[in-house]
Amino acid sequence: MTTLVLGARAAVWAALGTVRDPELDEPLTDLGFVARCEVDDDGHAVIRLRLPTYFCAPNFAFLMVADAYDAVAGVPGLTGLDIRLDDHFASDVINRGVAARQGFVASFEGEAVDELDTLRYDFVRKAVLAGTDRVCRSLGRDPRSLTLGDVPPSPDLDRLRARRRELGLPAEDGDPLLLDPATGTTPADAKRYLAFARLTRTSMEANSGVCRGMLRARYSLTEDEEGTG
Amino acid sequence: MYEKDGEKYFVVDAHTHFWDASPDNWVKGQEEYAKGWIECFHAYQGLGPKETHWPIDRFQKYSEELMMHDLFEVGHVDTAIFQPTNLRQWYKNGFNTTEADAALAAKHPGKFLVNTTFDPREGDEGLKALEERVKRYGCKGVKLYTAEWRGDSRGWSLKDPEAAKYLEKCEELGVKNIHIHKGPTIWPLDKDAFDVSDVDHVATDFQGLNFIVEHVGLPRIEDFCFMATQERNVYAGLAVVVGGLMHARPKFFAKVMGELMFWLGEDKLIFGADYAIWEPKWQVEGFVDWNMPADEELSDFPPLTVDQKKKILGLNAARLYDIDVPAELRLKDPESVEPVGVPNS
Repeated sequence: MTTLVLGARAAVWAALGTVRDPELDEPLTDLGFVARCEVDDDGHAVIRLRLPTYFCAPNFAFLMVADAYDAVAGVPGLTGLDIRLDDHFASDVINRGVAARQGFVASFEGEAVDELDTLRYDFVRKAVLAGTDRVCRSLGRDPRSLTLGDVPPSPDLDRLRARRRELGLPAEDGDPLLLDPATGTTPADAKRYLAFARLTRTSMEANSGVCRGMLRARYSLTEDEEGTG
Repeated sequence: MYEKDGEKYFVVDAHTHFWDASPDNWVKGQEEYAKGWIECFHAYQGLGPKETHWPIDRFQKYSEELMMHDLFEVGHVDTAIFQPTNLRQWYKNGFNTTEADAALAAKHPGKFLVNTTFDPREGDEGLKALEERVKRYGCKGVKLYTAEWRGDSRGWSLKDPEAAKYLEKCEELGVKNIHIHKGPTIWPLDKDAFDVSDVDHVATDFQGLNFIVEHVGLPRIEDFCFMATQERNVYAGLAVVVGGLMHARPKFFAKVMGELMFWLGEDKLIFGADYAIWEPKWQVEGFVDWNMPADEELSDFPPLTVDQKKKILGLNAARLYDIDVPAELRLKDPESVEPVGVPNS
């Protein structure tokens, strides 16, 4: 392999790293959902995705495959892209739909009535809640009157800002740390809001745990192999 | 009964199955789904301790003897509750039917309670059949699978007007425990049949019924907890929580137990091993030995008391199902503590 090809593979891997499982809010590359990622000498990329169970919800699966397609298609210098989800009951429908750049409704003709924007919105809203708990928990002080600028810089803070921006919520230094993602206002009952933020984070992390465990059992991986692609 | 450190626990496994997912039972043309379904279940077993994993052929169809051994001889279970899942679209004789469960229960008096199921898409005929099954098998509960495929339909909702007729019938027949599978999302497409909002709807409308949300709505525990705090007749079925997390992801198990105790409280949590996905033995023993780890991240949550564990492992289910608990296995002081929740201050 040439350096160029190694570089292309790294670029494709990095692009896949920007794609998240919408429900878990974690990158596909960390979750171990990328089974294969190769770029040949001609710049043709071959990517295979996999999921923890045969019956993982097809709506989430569709989002991930479509997002992965978009992310990798944006990598400069690629001459071709063959991206597919393996071992899933709806693999064929999803792969065909994504390859043809069709939406979810067109791909699952007769079975789906909505595109997935609402679903995605709900998950980002939860990601804001979970992210708020992550940031506040390590703070060691009452977060009620603080702004984002009062919080020491961290990857968790960057992630929270990014998710808030995705929802069109303010995310600059002067903006309040506690913000109800559904209304965009400061929560009236901060204690209850923080308890719910903690619960939301627990839920997402427990799910992520189940998904990782299932994937390991399904593909006989060791813990170290998760996320290596 | 399980005894540890001088404490005796009455154990109700509120979530068990006697299924047949062997290839002989697969519907022609639907083999992919029948196979995929049982392999998906089998993968879940991988979250338990390695020495409890079964080979796939045993998992597809296990014997009566094995089930009796795993539950009652070594599994510490006093009473087991069958939760049927028909899946007749994929399995010729059904995957785990009321009839198959009842036949086994009849051979072992006093060991099992037989729940049945209903599907509002079956209309008036289904309503009649439900009544017959309830009377024949003495059912006190139903297990509902809102995401079950039926022809072109990919599931139904408890909010459907047809479902209300069935719930009214349950009330009339004294079937007061409504178990609903709200677990890891599997098939439904954009119509998410495992969303818990439909439970919220009927829990308000049917105050005489208990709604046990199996698998606590995973992967949406937060939706479930928030809903459950608003409805006094909603319970958490711990199948998957104990089996899927306690061994494989102990830290998340601690967090989830902490949250469930915080939002719902000790009287609303119902143990279920989910046999044959997981055996009860390691779950009962592990849960009795378990407690909230000393960890900064878990500092919001108090440790569980022995009495709380007794309630969760059996006494809560015994209360819902009117199961007679031997005097020596009851709580000495049955005073209960109100769930903490979050006060509106």
